[in-house]
Amino acid sequence: MELQNFTIEQINKALKEKEFSVKELTQAYFSQIKKTDSEIGAYLSLTEDLALKQAEASDDKIKELISENKEIPKLLGIPCAIKDNILVKGEKCTTASKMLENYIASYDAGCTKKLKESGSIILGKTNLDEYAFGSSTENSALKVTKNPCDLSRVPGGSSGGSAAALASNQAVFALGTDTGCSVRTPSSFCGVVGLKTTYGSVSRYGVIASASSLDQVGPLAKNVQDCETIFAVISGKDKQDATSVEFKYEKLVENKSFKIGVPKEFFGKGLDPEVEKIIKSAISKAENQGFKIEEISLPSTEYALACYYIIQTSEASSNLARFDGIRYGLSKQHKEDLLDVYLESRGEGFGPESKRRIMLGTYTLSAGYYDAYYKKALEVRSLIKQDFARAFEKVDLIMGPVTPFPAFKIGEKFDDPLAMYLADIYTVPVNLAGLPGMSLPVGKVDGKLPVGLQIIGNHFQENKIFNIASIIEKII
Amino acid sequence: MLSKEEVLKIAKLARLELSEKEVESMQKDLSSILDYFEILKKLDTSSVNSPIDYKLQVKSSSLRRDEVVDQDRQVVKNLINSAPDKKDGYIKVKAIL
Repeated sequence: MELQNFTIEQINKALKEKEFSVKELTQAYFSQIKKTDSEIGAYLSLTEDLALKQAEASDDKIKELISENKEIPKLLGIPCAIKDNILVKGEKCTTASKMLENYIASYDAGCTKKLKESGSIILGKTNLDEYAFGSSTENSALKVTKNPCDLSRVPGGSSGGSAAALASNQAVFALGTDTGCSVRTPSSFCGVVGLKTTYGSVSRYGVIASASSLDQVGPLAKNVQDCETIFAVISGKDKQDATSVEFKYEKLVENKSFKIGVPKEFFGKGLDPEVEKIIKSAISKAENQGFKIEEISLPSTEYALACYYIIQTSEASSNLARFDGIRYGLSKQHKEDLLDVYLESRGEGFGPESKRRIMLGTYTLSAGYYDAYYKKALEVRSLIKQDFARAFEKVDLIMGPVTPFPAFKIGEKFDDPLAMYLADIYTVPVNLAGLPGMSLPVGKVDGKLPVGLQIIGNHFQENKIFNIASIIEKII
Repeated sequence: MLSKEEVLKIAKLARLELSEKEVESMQKDLSSILDYFEILKKLDTSSVNSPIDYKLQVKSSSLRRDEVVDQDRQVVKNLINSAPDKKDGYIKVKAIL
């Protein structure tokens, strides 16, 4: 079985024509994972029993549908990988931390439930930066994940395991989460299609919280069409997530003459010239297709990164207060005092980046500093949101780079947290404004390191992003 | 640069035990990140009357009454079981007073 070019569409057709069973397909993916993952390190755990049980049920269902002459739903029997901060009932969910190294999920996340109902086969849980704190997956306390395009480099993060699994043909699609860059950066670095979804479009129930006003679940796939199929399945209201909204995805069937805004602030100092060339060439190819290109300004862009890291760490420090050595996870109970349980469990359970973010968030929220940092950041966030609102009065979509540079070497930025944060400069404004954004592979630096084009849409206008991305995908 | 005492004070608020070495690197790392945050001072935000608090951006219609709701007993059992220390279906906590 040739796994490398498999897309949802092709598998769906092959299942209809009985070229192979879902069980055979699932086993083929497990053997690919076992063959390649000692080198790549994409998966933290495999869910083989679950997958094979699901595969048998899918095969039965497919037989029934074929005998009744009915269509096979798109995701039925499609093997996928799930980022290890998303709960799958009865399976480990570690969020790549020592704190939850042996934690077993008690229930399914909202998006997991939808995938299971769609008949998708869950192969396993993928590596990430601990608690999704990072842009390279190097902050995983459990494993190193390598970029399949160049094993000396990072896969991007925090959904690095999901992107690396796709790029090494270890799954047909994957779920990730994106708080500041975490679906788009690894998609860009590994050369796959990844979507950060509109805030509220996909349930966050059962996703281990990083920063609740920014976190979103998003799909990673081999092509635009697959990504769209997954988004249509996982999106919509979940009564278990009060921030999710009534939303029914509607695909745009016609090609529209969209106006595209290119923010001048996304092409300033710090952008790698090779990346710039690839992005500009992709945009001019879109122009050749008849799309109108217009330079726009998002004047608050230079403040977005500081604003983001204040809000992210503030929310993260609050969210991580629940890891107290009492409710779940690692627990140090040998001393008499309750305070010691907190201090020691948290001191041992959290890795360096989690500690740094908890400390920063605690500082920016503490008495005397709240106004100067947290309140100021909320004000800046409002201005960033206004920038986008003004831009979308004039244009349908916004385009620019995902990251200032392609995948960097493992270890290169690890000791300099600020240098690592700078990787997120073009992606965090999208989360602050709650917008959808895609990373679409449009070229490679030195013919080797993939570069993603970021396509940003207005709230709940994922359909415009998919529409134009499917056109650009064909002409690149 | 943040002093050792300041770092220890935040660590105490955050309920984090830090080693000597961790305190030192926190002094350095937090200071450079906080310095970077200073950039926000350059931006005039006086036009923003009341910034939206995104945490509270939930429609009141999606909130339910605060009352006991029937839950799947097996899930409840699993949740209690995942606590490190428990007894008779309760999570055990060390004496607070």
